[in-house]
Amino acid sequence: MAAAPDNAAAKGGFRAWLNKRLPVDEFVESQLTGYFAPKNFNFWYFFGALSLMVFVIQILSGIFLTMHYKPSEAEAFNSVEYIMREVEWGWLIRYMHSTGASFFFIVVYLHMFRAMMYGSYRAPRELLWIFGMLLYLALMAEAFMGYVLPWGNMSYWGAQVIVNLFGTIPVIGPGLVEWIRGDYGIADSTLNRFFALHVIALPFAIAFLILMHLVALRQTGSNNPDGIEIKAKLRADGKPVDGIPFHPYYTIKDLVGVGVFLLFFCGVIFFVPTFGGLFLEKPNFEPANALSTPDHIAPVWYFTAFYAMLRAVPDQQLGALLMLLAIVVLFFLPWLDRSPVKSIRYKGWMSKTALVLFVISFIVLSYLGLKPASDLYVILARIFTAIYFLYFILMPWYTSVEKTKPAPERVTYHA
Amino acid sequence: MRKPFVLIAAGLALSAVLIAPAAHAATAGLPGEWQEWTPGNDITNTASLQRGAGNFMGYCAGCHSIKYVRYSRMGADLKIPEDQLEALVKPGSKKNDYITTSLSAADGEAWFGKAPPDLSLITRSKGSDYVYRFLKTYYVDEKTVNGTNNLALPGTAMPHVLSALQGAQALKTVKKDGHEHFEGFEQLEPGQLTAAQYDEFVRDTVNFLEYAGEPYKAKRISLGVWVMLFLLLFTALAYLLKKEYWRDVK
Repeated sequence: MAAAPDNAAAKGGFRAWLNKRLPVDEFVESQLTGYFAPKNFNFWYFFGALSLMVFVIQILSGIFLTMHYKPSEAEAFNSVEYIMREVEWGWLIRYMHSTGASFFFIVVYLHMFRAMMYGSYRAPRELLWIFGMLLYLALMAEAFMGYVLPWGNMSYWGAQVIVNLFGTIPVIGPGLVEWIRGDYGIADSTLNRFFALHVIALPFAIAFLILMHLVALRQTGSNNPDGIEIKAKLRADGKPVDGIPFHPYYTIKDLVGVGVFLLFFCGVIFFVPTFGGLFLEKPNFEPANALSTPDHIAPVWYFTAFYAMLRAVPDQQLGALLMLLAIVVLFFLPWLDRSPVKSIRYKGWMSKTALVLFVISFIVLSYLGLKPASDLYVILARIFTAIYFLYFILMPWYTSVEKTKPAPERVTYHA
Repeated sequence: MRKPFVLIAAGLALSAVLIAPAAHAATAGLPGEWQEWTPGNDITNTASLQRGAGNFMGYCAGCHSIKYVRYSRMGADLKIPEDQLEALVKPGSKKNDYITTSLSAADGEAWFGKAPPDLSLITRSKGSDYVYRFLKTYYVDEKTVNGTNNLALPGTAMPHVLSALQGAQALKTVKKDGHEHFEGFEQLEPGQLTAAQYDEFVRDTVNFLEYAGEPYKAKRISLGVWVMLFLLLFTALAYLLKKEYWRDVK
């Protein structure tokens, strides 16, 4: 770590001048060229870097949107159409932002799945996982408030349903809902404050949590598909035998991931920006109307798994509680997993089956939440909600009784 | 390591089988073939868009606005010659004005029971298919105030303003398993246009409304092709670069 600044100083000139005042070379050395990551990262390890990239896309496109968007009941909907039609490249900026919201969740869900698959939440990475979960919560709040801003009819009614969930809290519920809305209904003041939270408070919170997530990652080092610690086997110079410098190896590998990601991302932006009503819903092309409820109110796809759980319970209060639990339980994952190995590669058949069922239940619940609550759907939602929770409730048991394979000494890597 | 993915795929297939029957939920309205009618319009067909603009200004703009579209922008996008554009501009409006309607919301409500909605985004909120079906499925129904009804929007407050063009048609239904099904329309009186001409009239109008819903749509798609080609090249080069850098990782 000390070597880099010396080199720079020897070179003299601007770089030496700069490094004397700002530890640029030292930072690059400690964070990129001297940060060793396991060499056996696979496909699933693209999504952390991609999440960060989507965050940057959202911030940049968001800044340009705020230059033309007007956060008021009277003007919000019109200003979005103004952006779509009369602002130079406004349509592209808006589609980047709306598509970015959905892609944010796609990459974050895949990133979380990766962590669950390879046990990246296990000691010593519990805090890393918790920062990630807090990021997920902040992202949900950010996405929800952003969804209200275009002030379409689904924005309005979606806000109505979701804000009312806080009303199910005993005693303080009704007062709390009024406090959140700033009015007796979803109104101008609600829109205005959601704008403030969406463009300032939550992006700051997310940026801070990303920083903490990365600092915690640098402290423990990355996990890998084999779920073993590369720091256990060091070279003579103190660097891990199975590690390679993050830069240039992973920065360049991530460039390929960025290319493939952008093919999908731009494919949606340019050819199917509404994604069949899944990314931009049809009723949201009608302005908010308190007198006309859309035929079927559903949140955007990334919340529908939890929405299906809410509707699976006849009692709204219990349903809301269950929904909350579905997210809270994820925080406890590091302590529920008792397996002697981290990675799914070496866990037994019970863990493998459980993870597969969990993924299926999440996808099926997401689908069910998009559909009207018919009898069959409600029954299916109950079954899959049970599977979702059983994954966690039974985890201490199945991870400790099943027969596991021994994890290897060195990571599996075939050049 | 392929096993979990095979399992996930199998599981999803199984749940798809479980959900599939329920997914086939009944669409509202009289079941039948009309629910599958699509306009088959093409937003890159400028001639069709120009005809559609003429249709809209002649038959719709009296009551419906497209308040997010300016005359001048429409003229430029649809390559409407200057003198013809001026003929389309509503009396009292200027070329750079938005396309509004002379009918006030209050009058609309008084005359029709409901103010005619702005149509700027109708193809986005309801879909082009819906607008096409709406304009094609008016039929004579003595039980309504207007004397006509509509399959796409039963009980619509809008009279059949295109009846002079389409003529009058009656709805024919058949009973299948105890439910009424759509069988077809029977022409009662001829209109100024043949069935094929009317179909084209509606298709052009829907095409124009789809343009009005998203004026940049055609540009977005044509630009998208170049973006994809660039990204393919970028990804290929990034891949080669990655292979080169990773040669020494063993």
